[in-house]
Amino acid sequence: MSREEIIDAIKDIIRTIAPDEDLSGLKSDLRLRDQIALDSMDFLDIVMELRKRYGVQVPEEDYKELATLDGCVSYLHPRLKDRPAKVGV
Amino acid sequence: MSPLPRIVITGIGLASPNGSSLPEYRKSLLEGRSGVRKWSIRHVGETLAGVCEFDALRWQKKKELRRGTRAGSISIYCAGEALKDAGLDPAALDRSRIGVYIGTTEHGNVETENQIHEVAQYQFDLSFWSHHHNPRTVANNPAGEVTLAFGISGPAYCIGAACAAGNLGLIHGAQMLQLGEIDQALGGGVSESIHTFGIFASFRAQGALASNAVPERASRPFDRDRNGIVVSEGGCLYVLERLEDAQRRGARIQAELVGWHVNSDAADFVLPLAERQNECMRGALKRAQLEPGEVDIVSSHATATPQGDQQECEALRNVFGDSARTRINNTKSFIGHAMGAAGALELAGNLPSFEDGWVHPTINVDNLDPACEVRNLVTNQPQRLGRVDHILNLSFGMLGINSAVVLRRFRG
Repeated sequence: MSREEIIDAIKDIIRTIAPDEDLSGLKSDLRLRDQIALDSMDFLDIVMELRKRYGVQVPEEDYKELATLDGCVSYLHPRLKDRPAKVGV
Repeated sequence: MSPLPRIVITGIGLASPNGSSLPEYRKSLLEGRSGVRKWSIRHVGETLAGVCEFDALRWQKKKELRRGTRAGSISIYCAGEALKDAGLDPAALDRSRIGVYIGTTEHGNVETENQIHEVAQYQFDLSFWSHHHNPRTVANNPAGEVTLAFGISGPAYCIGAACAAGNLGLIHGAQMLQLGEIDQALGGGVSESIHTFGIFASFRAQGALASNAVPERASRPFDRDRNGIVVSEGGCLYVLERLEDAQRRGARIQAELVGWHVNSDAADFVLPLAERQNECMRGALKRAQLEPGEVDIVSSHATATPQGDQQECEALRNVFGDSARTRINNTKSFIGHAMGAAGALELAGNLPSFEDGWVHPTINVDNLDPACEVRNLVTNQPQRLGRVDHILNLSFGMLGINSAVVLRRFRG
């Protein structure tokens, strides 16, 4: 997966978890929780969806790496770069 | 001891398989419209159920809907509609003085089955078990979701009482008002049971799950060819207030709750007992200071199981056999068995009788079972009664819990 594909994948997960939010103006360098209503249970949902959709296990000590979209890409790209973007959900 | 405060109903919100508001539901009951349809659920396959079509997003956002349970969503819809019907805006009230009491037959089966199904796809790796499981399955979930949706900070919880639960929510709300613990109660019952395969499978194993080639004909209490229960989802919550509070604010009073009784068979896990049902009805009438002959409508519990209907009819004959005035009907014949919601929903379907003077029938009685013959059973067509003063609503449940409530046309 490319960096762009990872951003799309994260946004797709957020769209499922926070269906009332408008994601069009999301800034990649700002904390997600400062831009849209996401609480700790939502965050655990993001981690769960990454596990289900892409087989990525994010240990608790790494949760902080996923605070921004840029952070997600930096953390996930090494782990997903060899995976195809299209996966069964 | 000074007399306890009188308790009245000032708002009704409901979700029924044949109506998402009281006027719509009442119309279906008077026009003979069933809410039973074909239903498919994992492991069980094709079966029948009463399915609701209320607008879940009227009082909830998509995210709240996703995070919560079906029982929570039904509860929120019913609470929102009931408060609106009562002309109450929770934000303008002291929300620490609102109580929420929701009867449930069971809670947590749906989410537990879903989670087991989910982890089974991952060879039971529990890292795929959802963090939502506990908040969704705790027994207070439906009531708790109502508090979150409306910012209600008073005492709110669920009452587990099998299929007697809908009446229990109403009774407990009235008691809390009489004790002065709260100023408004949201009381009633809900059911999400059509989303758990276990309840269908268990009724089937017990020989108590209805089947019929025509879904609308499947729920047939008192009929010779009845063959069991149609499981339904739904809910009904009432706004209850002390009479003086309701009058002070000029509320529209829809009925007065004048009597109730709850008792236990202490006899069997599943089989009902006419003797205790009889005592339960008489207990509620005694509290209301009424004789059986003063009751206009008895809303029966009958679920269309062969033995359950017989037992109830025996109890009804004993209590109301001498009453020429009393009419007996049944709502499950239209909507199936809405489990924890049944008592509350079935009462709601009858309450408009105070205004319109009609009694809705029990439908699908093609051949009355001789063992179910009771005086003045209203079959297949509604009857015009004119004035209706008292309604007795019955709800019984597994493990032998019985409940009865008596409602009176409001007289001032």
